[in-house]
Amino acid sequence: MPGLPWGRWGLRALAVTYLGILLILPLLAVAQDGLSGGLAGLWRDVSRPAAWAALRLTLWTAAVMTVINLVMGTLTAYVLVRYPFPGKSFVNAMIDLPFAIPTLVTGVMLAILYGPQGALGGWLQEEWGWQIIFAPPGIILALLFVSFPFVVRSIQPVLMSIELDQEEAAYTLGASSFTTFRRVLLPSILPAVVTGGLLSFARALGEFGSVVIVAGNFPMRSQTAAVYVLSQIESDNQRGASAMSLVMLAIAFALIVAVDLVQRRQEVAHG
Amino acid sequence: MASIATQESVVVPPRPQIRARRVAWGRVLLIGIVLAYLGVLILWPLLAVLQGAFAEGVGRFFVELSQPELRRAFWLTLVLAAGAVVANGIFGTIVAWVLVRQNFRGRSFLNGIVDLPFVVSPVIAGYMVLLLFGRTGWFGSLVEATGFRVVFSWPGMLLVTVFVSLPFIVREIMPVLQEVGVEPELTAYTLGASGWQTFWRVTLPNIRWGLLYGLTLTLARALGEFGAVLVVGGAISGRTETATLYIFGALEERQYTGAYAASVVLGLVSFAVLIGMEQLRRRSEVKR
Repeated sequence: MPGLPWGRWGLRALAVTYLGILLILPLLAVAQDGLSGGLAGLWRDVSRPAAWAALRLTLWTAAVMTVINLVMGTLTAYVLVRYPFPGKSFVNAMIDLPFAIPTLVTGVMLAILYGPQGALGGWLQEEWGWQIIFAPPGIILALLFVSFPFVVRSIQPVLMSIELDQEEAAYTLGASSFTTFRRVLLPSILPAVVTGGLLSFARALGEFGSVVIVAGNFPMRSQTAAVYVLSQIESDNQRGASAMSLVMLAIAFALIVAVDLVQRRQEVAHG
Repeated sequence: MASIATQESVVVPPRPQIRARRVAWGRVLLIGIVLAYLGVLILWPLLAVLQGAFAEGVGRFFVELSQPELRRAFWLTLVLAAGAVVANGIFGTIVAWVLVRQNFRGRSFLNGIVDLPFVVSPVIAGYMVLLLFGRTGWFGSLVEATGFRVVFSWPGMLLVTVFVSLPFIVREIMPVLQEVGVEPELTAYTLGASGWQTFWRVTLPNIRWGLLYGLTLTLARALGEFGAVLVVGGAISGRTETATLYIFGALEERQYTGAYAASVVLGLVSFAVLIGMEQLRRRSEVKR
């Protein structure tokens, strides 16, 4: 491709320098510090009980959230694209709200509603004995809130581009609506579903603002990986912080690569 | 209207009609489930924070908002967000242009890591700045020699705010640049326009809606940043306290009404940005 002569080198140098200083240099610093004790040292720091519990809690709450998000996100996208109903544009605008609202404010909102004195939290605790705040259900709720748009916004455009006639054909040939969904619709939206799920999972692993309010900072019980890193920084344990940071960065990196692969396959499939 | 309805009921055979009614019930059920889910997950918490902020009356709400620390905190947040918007507006555009228009070794790697700030925990983003510019960090001695504070001061906070909001503008502009193609720029250039003129007269008008949309996303993200500025800034009241850090501090001191009032204001500002965002997206879709 014939590039423009202007700023060919100058602009490229600027871009590379900007990304280098902002992204690559900090990554190298974490990698160097995290690996300063070798892989064995890294493993020792990550396998300490509090670190291990934080990592496990982070992974399983994010996984549960992703499953719920996939089901409800797909359903929401389907309803928004296929069914007309009053207030639809309001609902459609509401989907993006979690992108705009600061996650700390999300945490505050959920803590008010689901706290022991809250309208919903008090009822759940008294009637059902469920503790939401300072417990894993609160973490899952917060993660659901902050990552809700990912799945919906990933599936919506794909659904819009699919004509209704395929579904109608399947339906008139006698397939039930669930079979129609499973056999006709799902194969076409699957890459978008997977992308949305991976993005929301990746987003959830690093979530901090809402989780620190909703879950608090109780090691071994409600401390997630991000909150664990903060507690290690505050107690001046640089090795512990670097080790956990490096593990989280490696997972994040792997997820980005996975999303990229899915998207490339999708592009190939669509010609 | 009535005559059409009766005509239809005569023309349409009975079986599909029964079927249509069954589908309609499924439809109502699905819509109901979605509305209930969104209501409990998003709408109810919103109403709860509003109720919390005004629980002790409208007067108290405004008393809480007139605290000088709160005003300083919001001012710092605005300054940091503006800095992130300017830095990423300029360099994000350059990065997007270079990634789309130029081919060089390492391009796909750079393209891949642009998304990293989306998935890196803000706490880790802040921690990386500590590792670089902290007392024992890579550039710690350099920073100390010049007397220019980065950590526990605004430069470090600006740096992380720029970091966490970096991908938005790049990701919004890249597809637009790809769609427009290189021809308009080349044409202007061969007709004798300077590089600068080509940018202002050809490139910028083409990408302006994508750029504006990216700027609002950057602004919304920067206004709400919390974890990274907490780690780098240390939340020193009156000096490195942003709006989110003020809310966090108020919660810890059990000043709930103040925390809720500040949350409502910050939420409203973000909501206004979101509405602007929606308008821009609609316009950019029409223009494309």
